[in-house]
Amino acid sequence: MQVSQLRERQPRFRGLESGHRACTGCAEALAARLVTEAAGPDVMVANATGCLEIFTTPWPESAWRVPWIHSLFENASAVAAGMEAALKAQGKSTKVLAFGGDGGTFDIGFQSLSGMLERGQNVLYVCFDNEAYMNTGVQRSSSTPHAAMTTTSPYGKERMGKRHLKKDIVSIIAAHHIPYAATTSVAYPSDIRKKVRRAMAIEGSTFLQIHCPCPLGWGHEGYKSIEVARLAVQTGLFPIIELERGGLAGVMPLRNIRPVVEYLQEQQRFKHLFTDELRAKEELEHIQAIADHNIEIYGLRSDGHKDAFDSEGMDTVRRGGMRWA
Amino acid sequence: MLQALEGSQAVAQAVALCRPQVIAAYPITPQTHIVENISKLVADGKLKCEFISVESEFSAASVVLGAAIAGSRAYTATASQGILLMAEVLYNIAGLRVPLVMTCANRAISSPLSIWNDQQDSMAVRDAGWIQLYCADNQEAVDTTIQAYRIAERTELPVMVCMDGFTLTHTLEGIDIPTQEQVDSFLPKYKFSRTLDPQNPISIGTLVSPDFYSEARHSHHSAILNAEAEIIAADQDWEKISGRNSGGLLTVVGPAEAKVAVLTIGSVYGTLRAAMDEFDLEQPVKLIHLRSFRPFPIDALKVVCKDLDHVIILERAIGLGSGSIIGLEVLAALTELDKPPKVHKFAAGLGGRDIPLEILPRLLATLNEPSDGRFRIFDVELDKLPKEDR
Repeated sequence: MQVSQLRERQPRFRGLESGHRACTGCAEALAARLVTEAAGPDVMVANATGCLEIFTTPWPESAWRVPWIHSLFENASAVAAGMEAALKAQGKSTKVLAFGGDGGTFDIGFQSLSGMLERGQNVLYVCFDNEAYMNTGVQRSSSTPHAAMTTTSPYGKERMGKRHLKKDIVSIIAAHHIPYAATTSVAYPSDIRKKVRRAMAIEGSTFLQIHCPCPLGWGHEGYKSIEVARLAVQTGLFPIIELERGGLAGVMPLRNIRPVVEYLQEQQRFKHLFTDELRAKEELEHIQAIADHNIEIYGLRSDGHKDAFDSEGMDTVRRGGMRWA
Repeated sequence: MLQALEGSQAVAQAVALCRPQVIAAYPITPQTHIVENISKLVADGKLKCEFISVESEFSAASVVLGAAIAGSRAYTATASQGILLMAEVLYNIAGLRVPLVMTCANRAISSPLSIWNDQQDSMAVRDAGWIQLYCADNQEAVDTTIQAYRIAERTELPVMVCMDGFTLTHTLEGIDIPTQEQVDSFLPKYKFSRTLDPQNPISIGTLVSPDFYSEARHSHHSAILNAEAEIIAADQDWEKISGRNSGGLLTVVGPAEAKVAVLTIGSVYGTLRAAMDEFDLEQPVKLIHLRSFRPFPIDALKVVCKDLDHVIILERAIGLGSGSIIGLEVLAALTELDKPPKVHKFAAGLGGRDIPLEILPRLLATLNEPSDGRFRIFDVELDKLPKEDR
């Protein structure tokens, strides 16, 4: 049987169809497909400007099988808020999703996101975090990690890539005391599905940050997207956590904690850190310290024995030792 | 039955009569009384709707966009800086051809900061693709708000109802608020052809290449021009129900033989009408109130101006670095006439400066003075400025 025939037999709902214009190895496209699959057909999507919007809808084509609107860059949350209010007024239960990249979430769309969360509107906001403005050609955002090279944070005599730290968006979101906020990674599909389903079941504002490597912007081969994404988690640089009403409710533990260089050396955006320069060595130490800090504050270190729910086992979050869905 | 109501209060009641399901707003003077009154109607259970107090005008416009797309009649109101902050969304709403109604409580733009009335705000977004209707008084504001919903939903274009801040919004007048039955018989239930629906998923707001952009712009532009018929029809049909009209595209008063007309938009029209009764004018004069600025009613304007020798434009906005905004558009329209009247272009009342009744004889007196026909601010007091700025 052909793969395409198998695919047609899949009972799974596909919210985002194949045939869109994303780059080879685009993790954002994969993550968006996983999110819409898990969310199911009874949804409406408000999508911020960005790669996802562009590559899915070159008129007159569209890859979406769910009702979808793109308005502007900075207002996905507000458009979603209006849709939610309208559905509420009409007595309908359709869930509203808002999609944005890190630029549309951390930066330009942050105000409307904060407003929507403060009002507790029944919207699941999904941030596809690929750590820079990829759609416009890899410019730094407030999500770009420290020392990463982008076209507006280049390496040079006076600079070692981005000077500032990656914004801790999930803590800021959690400070709105919304019922549920979580991080997840495209390397852990079932974790994405479970978190989407959990968010879908909650009436109120929920937030999901999905770490999505961008082969073009990060400088790695397309086939390595998942591997790179997994290393970000296993080094502690991208902690997989869950927060309920602002409090830490679950983490994905790390069985074999990898040194950050294993993650960084896979990507051209960090290649300036692998030289004999003293400042390169210092930056590597600095990034390792960031990872160590994450591991410490979120208690990511596994307690030594094999954990079925860690980053190398079943890809789901441990909640008090119980598996959940 | 006439009631003494503040303009904002009356507009709030008119909005409520249109049965909006979602209202989003951010406070800005002089729009505040409108949304405060609506909030009270919601709090008192007199208006069943989702009232969302958003964190900016940008979000106010975005929320009503989302609501309209999701199948609900929606409303917002703003002014001045709020209009400018919304500007990007205003273009987007119009380009997506979403039927919405927004009140603009006209106010000057900073800097210099001014909370008082002029029409620089709505003029700044005149090319955003919205229908713009200007109200001469508060009764018109009420009637135009109701008509705006029908126009918007029939044409799939957003409508901005412009009423002068303070001069109208904060002024009490005797106003007839229509009954719910009257409004219900005029305004059908909200319907939008591209409502998002999980049963029939569509994608809205997609990326368009140069192959299609011009066509999208052409159809949008045509739709606005064609909206003239709906604006006239809405006013006529509303007159059958309420006994009042707001002039359709424009209103003309004055003796038929008059060779001079003063054209204005908004509440200044009321001032000029009062002035017409007040003074024994040297020559007969017509007054033209341009109610519809978008679509710009070229044909209607040509009809009312064809036998005139002079048209004096009095506007409450300025095209900085160019001059007249309305004047240039009128001038361009009238060049299509065989013998176009001379167009005189003035701004007055900027930043809330009072426009007194005496302005009418003073405007007419300029016709006897030598003039290069160029725009100027009529009531500027040059002696307040240093020499080099005069």
